[in-house]
Amino acid sequence: MNIRTAVSPTAATTATHSAALAVAGTRVKIAAKDVKVYYGAKLALKGINLDLLESKVTALIGPSGCGKSTFLRCLNRMNDTIDNCRVEGLITLDGEDIYGRHIDNVQLRARVGMVFQKPNPFPKSIYDNIVYGPKIHGIASTRDELDEIVERSLQRAGLWNEVKDRLREPGTGLSGGQQQRLCIARAIAVDPEVILMDEPCSALDPIATAHVEELIDELRENYTIVIVTHNMQQAARVSQKTAFFHLGDMVECNDTEEIFTNPRDERTQGYITGRYG
Amino acid sequence: MQLTVLLVVLLALTVMGYHMGRSRAVAVAGNGVRLHSVPTYHGLYVAVWAGLPAFLLFALWAALQGSVALHLALSGLPADLTNVSEQAMSLLKADILNLAHGVSTGREPHPAILAAARHYNELMALGHWSLLAVGSIVAVGGLWIARSQISVSLRARNRFERVVSVALVLCSLVAILTTIGIVMSLLLEAIRFFARVSPLEFLLGLHWSPQTAMRADQVGSSGEFGAVPLFVGTLLITVIAMAVAVPVGLMSAIYMSEYAPAKVRAAAKPVLEILAGIPTVVYGFFAALTMAPFVRTIGQGLGLGVSSESALAAGFVMGVMIIPFVSSLSDDVINAVPQALRDGSYGLGATKSETIRQVVLPAALPGIVGAVMLAASRAIGETMIVTMAAGLSANLTANPLNAVTTVTTQIATLLVGDQEFNSPKTLSAFGLGLVLFVVTLSLNMIALRVVQKYREKYD
Amino acid sequence: MTDLAQESPIVTSRYQSDAFAARLRRRYAAERRFKLAGMAAVGFSLLMLAVLLGSIVVQGLPAFLQTQIRLEVNFDPAVLDPSGKRDRQELAQANYQLLVRNALQSVFPDVTERGDRRKLSDLVSSGVAFHLRDRVMDDPAVVGTRQSLWVIAADDVDQIVKGASPRDVVETERRINDRQLAWLDVLEANGALRTTFNWTLFTAGDSREPELAGLQGSIVGSLLTLIITMVLAVPVGVAAAVYLEEFAPKNRWTDLIEVNISNLAAVPSIVYGLLGLAVFLNLFGMPRSAPVVGGVVMSLMTLPIIIIASRAALKAVPPSIREAALGVGASRLQMVIHHVLPLAMPGILTGTIIGMAHALGETAPLLMIGMVAFIVDVPAGFLDSATVLPVQIYMWADSPERAFTERTSAAILILLAFLIAMNAVAVYLRKKFERRW
Repeated sequence: MNIRTAVSPTAATTATHSAALAVAGTRVKIAAKDVKVYYGAKLALKGINLDLLESKVTALIGPSGCGKSTFLRCLNRMNDTIDNCRVEGLITLDGEDIYGRHIDNVQLRARVGMVFQKPNPFPKSIYDNIVYGPKIHGIASTRDELDEIVERSLQRAGLWNEVKDRLREPGTGLSGGQQQRLCIARAIAVDPEVILMDEPCSALDPIATAHVEELIDELRENYTIVIVTHNMQQAARVSQKTAFFHLGDMVECNDTEEIFTNPRDERTQGYITGRYG
Repeated sequence: MQLTVLLVVLLALTVMGYHMGRSRAVAVAGNGVRLHSVPTYHGLYVAVWAGLPAFLLFALWAALQGSVALHLALSGLPADLTNVSEQAMSLLKADILNLAHGVSTGREPHPAILAAARHYNELMALGHWSLLAVGSIVAVGGLWIARSQISVSLRARNRFERVVSVALVLCSLVAILTTIGIVMSLLLEAIRFFARVSPLEFLLGLHWSPQTAMRADQVGSSGEFGAVPLFVGTLLITVIAMAVAVPVGLMSAIYMSEYAPAKVRAAAKPVLEILAGIPTVVYGFFAALTMAPFVRTIGQGLGLGVSSESALAAGFVMGVMIIPFVSSLSDDVINAVPQALRDGSYGLGATKSETIRQVVLPAALPGIVGAVMLAASRAIGETMIVTMAAGLSANLTANPLNAVTTVTTQIATLLVGDQEFNSPKTLSAFGLGLVLFVVTLSLNMIALRVVQKYREKYD
Repeated sequence: MTDLAQESPIVTSRYQSDAFAARLRRRYAAERRFKLAGMAAVGFSLLMLAVLLGSIVVQGLPAFLQTQIRLEVNFDPAVLDPSGKRDRQELAQANYQLLVRNALQSVFPDVTERGDRRKLSDLVSSGVAFHLRDRVMDDPAVVGTRQSLWVIAADDVDQIVKGASPRDVVETERRINDRQLAWLDVLEANGALRTTFNWTLFTAGDSREPELAGLQGSIVGSLLTLIITMVLAVPVGVAAAVYLEEFAPKNRWTDLIEVNISNLAAVPSIVYGLLGLAVFLNLFGMPRSAPVVGGVVMSLMTLPIIIIASRAALKAVPPSIREAALGVGASRLQMVIHHVLPLAMPGILTGTIIGMAHALGETAPLLMIGMVAFIVDVPAGFLDSATVLPVQIYMWADSPERAFTERTSAAILILLAFLIAMNAVAVYLRKKFERRW
């Protein structure tokens, strides 16, 4: 699952790079250096270099099958659950190699949360969905502490008023949009530093989508957010930085406004103007 | 062997019909005129007309011939011999049949009965010859009719296919017929039983000792038919079996679907299936010969009184037999839980065992409950292991170290050997059979419904 | 890490704290225990399988050997044919046991007391006299000759010689007394005692005496019963599956049939025995204990299995095949018979073989219909009384003689061998003809 080649960049050089940016005013939360992903013998990601800045929303856009989700799943080592998937290169969280000895993947996933494309609430009550994470990590154990976490997470996810009277009802009984916000609340309850979102609105109707986008903007204050999206308008609305992926390469990464008004690469231009999807 | 001769004749006529039909069709087609159906179908059509009615006649005749002949032979007997109890009547019938087949009954036969036997044989021979004649006529007649219908426009293939469709439907109905047969036979005999022994006594009584009076006309039977000790015995052994099979089966399924590397899974799964393929009589032998003495020795070593045929030994071995059942059903059920739920849990930073225990198993719970119910139904209906290892004493006890008997054991032992068919003793077996059938059927239907609902949730 | 990247926000300290690390260790320990429990469960199952099969193999292998004693038999015409006419009836009724006694006496002439002479005769099987008679009836010319024959030893002798019964215990705990042991030793020293392959196990029918008991009757009975089962269950089952899968409209009747089939598959086997007893034996008056009845009952039991397996095989054939056939103008029935059925045949065959293997091992329903009687002769036809292998095992398991224990285990090994062979064929067929659509 993790084969570190001899010539991969070291943590030290990444730290220097982060330091440089820190001077510039934005910290790098997650840095990816020359990340390659193999499915069996097939090379899916061809060497990605990308910095994800703290407290910013970074959008990953690109046509289908170009590796955005694969890259996203590297960031919290979810690719470990896939049998024939191999990751090479260096990914650091706060300067520490996430495939290294100091970070365990259970610990990593508590710090880097994920919201999936299709809402996947557990077949438990709303309350139990949210306290699941805090309980296993031992964040809270008494009833009061857990209640507080539930309220806080649901407030932050913008779902509290809608469900506060029915916390014991199953999470699967909510509408699609509510379920996705529940999943976001569930991810927040664990107190992560980063939230990864894999096309969170693609299964939702426009009103629910609007709610979630509003939510993302509010969350930015406290969390670093990386969002994969098919919807360019959405990327333009919610993100500050955008990276364009194409056939396993990260073609271009820049401020969102720059990418959409003044793309440097012609492939980016072609995608944005809708020449290909 | 005369029946085989008849069958061969019928078969020959059918084949002949096929060839005649085919050649006739070819002849009609002759000069470039196109038939509706290929000649083969014409041949098949004729064959069906030749064979089917004759064969149906044959089956019906052969089934009924014996009873009719016996009835006629009996009617030839003087009244004093025939005006006897049901039991004596069936003895009489058996005597006649034995004499007719040349089997000695060990007694000097009554001359009238001997005459009846001879009469029976004559009737049977007459019947066979007439069947041969009539059957052949019907076959040839059918052949002729069908052959004469062959023409250019005859839709032979369609007609033939219609016959085949009907045959297919009938085959499917065999399943329903079997169920009806089971229900009817159990119900009718059980009703006769409950006419003599009240259902309340049967279902709630605490003493089971089905020895009935030896003389057929003795008023009232001395047997007691309270089946509660049997129900308790069955329950005790089933509980022990489940206690072994469910944890082991479930954990095996979890290990093999979530943890085991592909090679281990590929090797271990078929080996576990072997456990399911071993005949139950082998398990019974093992339980009686190896397990029961082993339990006894351990028990005596611990200072406990263990009988030589213990519920524990039988229940344990039955549990081992059911492990692959629970394991493979649970495996299906666990695999049906969508990966998205597991991903959600891993994404929050849970370990594999936490995910399985707190997300996957609760999600799979209805399916697992269904699997357990199906396994329990299998345990309840199992006969050989308990018959060979758990004994025949109808103790009402909850102690697994005692000998108990079960519903299935009693059914088996009550009906093995030569019994007259109508004593309460043998009928009680049908009463037990009815209870067994109803219980296992209910468990199965509930379990299947539960599993179905569960599958629908995740599809 | 340089200290420039050291500004860790307070919120991350929770997951980097020692408390968290300790908890993580505990969680991983729990994970290991859980995984271990899973492995233990699989291991337990495999262990039980090994114990089961191992104990039966260990108990059963000695049964494939039989102890024999060599006797010099004098076919004395004075005993067999005093009138000199070689009359068959006379020969059949002669005292062959005397020949046995004389033969033994010739080796041990000093055994004179009546009780001792009895014990001496007990060294060989009681069936030896009948074997000698059969020899004479086959070829009356042996009368008047002396033959050196290997005859079957009594079961107690067999057990002691093979070591199944212990020799070195007090005489009262043995079935063979000290004098008999001495005689056996003499025989052995003379080269008149041997253990060879136990052909009797395969050539003889059932018997009360373990050393004369064989499985041929039950094996033939099983075979006849299986033939009937196959002839009845396979065509009907495949036809029903074809109808349900290809022709039946999706309405309530079809649902009813399907529910019926899955219920029938789960009905306890003994209920089928009750059905056989009530309907086939009592109502139709079919001959008790005959393979015909056994076969009909087993076919009803195997039918749901075959239907379910055949339906699965038919379902696996892709719809494109069906559409292509219909597209060139085949009728529905032609499409099924010419195109779909051949492709589904491997699956159907595999299901059939597995169903037959299941039927071979069934005992309870056949007990109900009377195949549990003590039958000595090998059945010759479908209507003769017979028994089947699993029932024979059940009957032998009840017998108290020690020698029957090892024979029961041997019979189980033979039954398992048949089952393994059938399953191996099924797996081979599946592997060979499996097509990946």
